Amino acid sequence: MSRRAEEVRGNVIAVTLLLAGGIIMVAPFIWMVSTSLKLPADQYSRSLIPPIFTLANYHDIWTIMPLHTMLWNSLKIALIATFGQLLTCSMGAFIFAVTRFRGRDALFFLLLITLMVPQQITTIPQFILFKWLGLYGTQVPMYLPSFLGGAFGTFLLRQYFKTIPIELAEAARIDGASLLTIYWRIYLPLAKPALAAFAIFAFMFSWNDLFTALIYLPSDMQTTTLPVGLALLQQQYAGKWTLMMAAVLISVAPIIVAFLIAQKQFIEGISMSGFK
Amino acid sequence: MSSTLKPLRGERAGLLLLLAPTLLGLAIGVFGSVLATLALSFFDWDMLTPIKWAGATNYTSLPHDRMFSVALVNTTLFSLIYVPLTLAIGFAVACLMNRHIRGISLLRALFFLPVVSSPTAVGLLWSWIFAQDQGVLNSFITAFGGNPVNWLGPKVILYSVVIVNVWGAIGEGMIVFLAGLQAIPRELYEAARVDGATAWQRLVHVTLPAMVPSLFFQGVLSTIHAFQAFDYIYMLTRLSNGNSTFPTLVFSVYRTGFRFFRMGDAAAQAVVLTVIIALFTLFYIRIQKKFGAEA
Repeated sequence: MSRRAEEVRGNVIAVTLLLAGGIIMVAPFIWMVSTSLKLPADQYSRSLIPPIFTLANYHDIWTIMPLHTMLWNSLKIALIATFGQLLTCSMGAFIFAVTRFRGRDALFFLLLITLMVPQQITTIPQFILFKWLGLYGTQVPMYLPSFLGGAFGTFLLRQYFKTIPIELAEAARIDGASLLTIYWRIYLPLAKPALAAFAIFAFMFSWNDLFTALIYLPSDMQTTTLPVGLALLQQQYAGKWTLMMAAVLISVAPIIVAFLIAQKQFIEGISMSGFK
Repeated sequence: MSSTLKPLRGERAGLLLLLAPTLLGLAIGVFGSVLATLALSFFDWDMLTPIKWAGATNYTSLPHDRMFSVALVNTTLFSLIYVPLTLAIGFAVACLMNRHIRGISLLRALFFLPVVSSPTAVGLLWSWIFAQDQGVLNSFITAFGGNPVNWLGPKVILYSVVIVNVWGAIGEGMIVFLAGLQAIPRELYEAARVDGATAWQRLVHVTLPAMVPSLFFQGVLSTIHAFQAFDYIYMLTRLSNGNSTFPTLVFSVYRTGFRFFRMGDAAAQAVVLTVIIALFTLFYIRIQKKFGAEA
């Protein structure tokens, strides 16, 4: 078989397999859309096309739970947490990438070790602390820890900062710029692509965080986030699948739309977790 | 030429300021918290009555804690199936994707969709698919004359939970592996072709050796994820009384600590979870070193 024919045959096999796999990957989403557009009486219908189209579920879901409040809570918390992560991780990353001081490498190693420390072992004393501070039931514990840096973001941004020629910083220093100025005026503006990719990652992490929200905001629909709202919905409206699928669609749609628009940045953000 | 700035005396303050969040995070957020949990694991405390010294009883009673022991077995079984499956499928998909075909990025997006979707929302979606009473899957199975399967019942739940978690993780592995595959020099494949290597031989002798670091890394990550599995499982297996038909270690820590407020027991469980994850990570690093030395 010729080289070209072999390649074409390979491509056909690959695309066929991938297409089959891809259909399995999206099938649950397609059924979600379909169910959310059916009448409650038709929820068990096996037809993909709803026998009778309805948008009533999207109306009803807003009346049975304060969905907009929870959407806003999730958005607010995720934005603050993302800001905290971008700011404090980039500060640390800058120091590790650009400066030299005694114990720097040991400190960086210590930071990397924390990557394998699971959240559960640090959550218990933090819960006790937040409760003692009277912050249980508020949204503060959801974003405050994001202002304490983090191994993942710091490592990621340090890798990027290291690609910026040090001569830029040296030249700025000769002109009398302080470390703070060099960080803010030179490194941050030059690292926009890495910051964008990390921002997506940090935002998604906060937006999707069920565990922390269950701990600090377990039941009050006015203060809690979308994931807890969905968990409460599942319990209170068991069996009402058309309603639940409308709620699921509303909560996955924003990120999926953002993903389809900025696919490249999303994929960079995730593949950076592969620590190249 | 040095790759870092020369330290200047006057800049200590600026340096400390920029490093302060990281230092605080390490001191309080991680190591302080870990030590506090470690200490707490030797006490009994319900956050209402005074704290009491318990010695090692929180640890010695773990095997008798029904939820915890079930969770340990569940999480181990889950990881044993989930990790190899996620790696294998993610790797296979990446190999198939690693071609220059127009529109292939569209297919890539399909596989990536679950990764960007909230696991809580998607967990709720899967609970509809797996519902016993005329759920999506069972409804089709009965339509084709089969018997409905109790997907979320005790016999099948392990596999159902694996399916959802693998489905949610394929995209991530695919992206990491794809980056690794694209870094393999094309000349290696050309040379293998010239030597008459078949597609299978090229995979075994060119692709796999080059992918060992990626595979190991993703193996570590998947194992850590598996032992921390929570969101999907919470949505799929929670009962109306708050228990789970398939408790995992994280679920057990959550229930014990934040629902029952048995802080000492929860701390001991969290310590065990951390030790397991640390052991796995060290184990992987050791194997990788050995592999690296031989290659």
